[in-house]
Amino acid sequence: MTATANTKAAVNLPADWRDFFALTKPRVMSLVIFTGLCGLLAAPGTIHPVIGFTAILCIAMGAGGAAALNQWWEADIDAGMKRTAARPLPSGKIKPIDARDFGIGLSSASVVIMGVAVDWLAAAILGFSVIYYAVIYTIWLKPRTPQNIVIGGGAGAFPPMIGWIAVTGDVTIMPVLLFAIIFFWTPPHFWALALFVKTDYAKVGIPMLPVVAGERVTRRQILAYSAFLVPLAVSPWIIGATGAIYGIAALALTLAFFAFSIPVGLRESSGDNDDMKPEKRLFAFSILYLFALFAVLVVDRVAAAQGWIA
Amino acid sequence: MMTPEEKAETKKRQKTRNLVVGGGLLFFVFLFYAITIVRMGD
Repeated sequence: MTATANTKAAVNLPADWRDFFALTKPRVMSLVIFTGLCGLLAAPGTIHPVIGFTAILCIAMGAGGAAALNQWWEADIDAGMKRTAARPLPSGKIKPIDARDFGIGLSSASVVIMGVAVDWLAAAILGFSVIYYAVIYTIWLKPRTPQNIVIGGGAGAFPPMIGWIAVTGDVTIMPVLLFAIIFFWTPPHFWALALFVKTDYAKVGIPMLPVVAGERVTRRQILAYSAFLVPLAVSPWIIGATGAIYGIAALALTLAFFAFSIPVGLRESSGDNDDMKPEKRLFAFSILYLFALFAVLVVDRVAAAQGWIA
Repeated sequence: MMTPEEKAETKKRQKTRNLVVGGGLLFFVFLFYAITIVRMGD
């Protein structure tokens, strides 16, 4: 752990179960569950509902466990930022050792249950994704490189891939493309947030791109990633893995995403009085974008299965 | 030394946590049973 001595050490009362639930980052988990479910539903083939439910539960448990380990390691960093200071560890509601054990237990159980009940390849990738987020990203790269968000994006990109593999049992081009879409979506999504909370990151010494390379570089990078997302999001349609419903919707949604990123990418903020509206709009739309893109992927698959489209 | 209010709150939290853990365990009992039945049919 970075150093938990600065966080409130004395915990007189036992932690409430809601504090443990908060450790799993439920809002992030909702996106993880949704993309994992979409990967599972969009995959060719069938899966028994009980096994499918178990696969999604394991993805959620793995994400929750990794989030708990992330918060355990970053307790001091979280304590120094307004956005995260009220989390269970920096506010002293949970003992660090309890959070660590909860994270290890939850993620280990998720991998074992996934392997035994669903598929060992899916379990192996789930296990790797937990290690990727909790160790490679949180401990190793986040405090060391301004490209931390690019690398961290990989962790959030695994769920649809795992959901897909839970059905098919093998890695093909489609789950890799789903992985790539979230991977390239993450930097503009998170840097938009980092632009309007950059003071906090600077205070705790996390080398976020806006802090290290400056706003101008970050804005250009947001624009570049958003532009690259346009052909990437449409590629499942181009290679014939999805139908026109997905293709047209993906094109429209990603062009809208790109349109939101243009004012962010080309402008300069006017200092402390800037309300950062374009950045906030891009951040809000980016969440809607991912939900909509994966929802339409499932709609496309259902439409094809029902014979509504050729 | 805990105040009576802290003691009561501690009891309340312990009870709720025990209920949540118990509910979780019961859920997994049913889930593993269902998985076993489904897997037996494979």
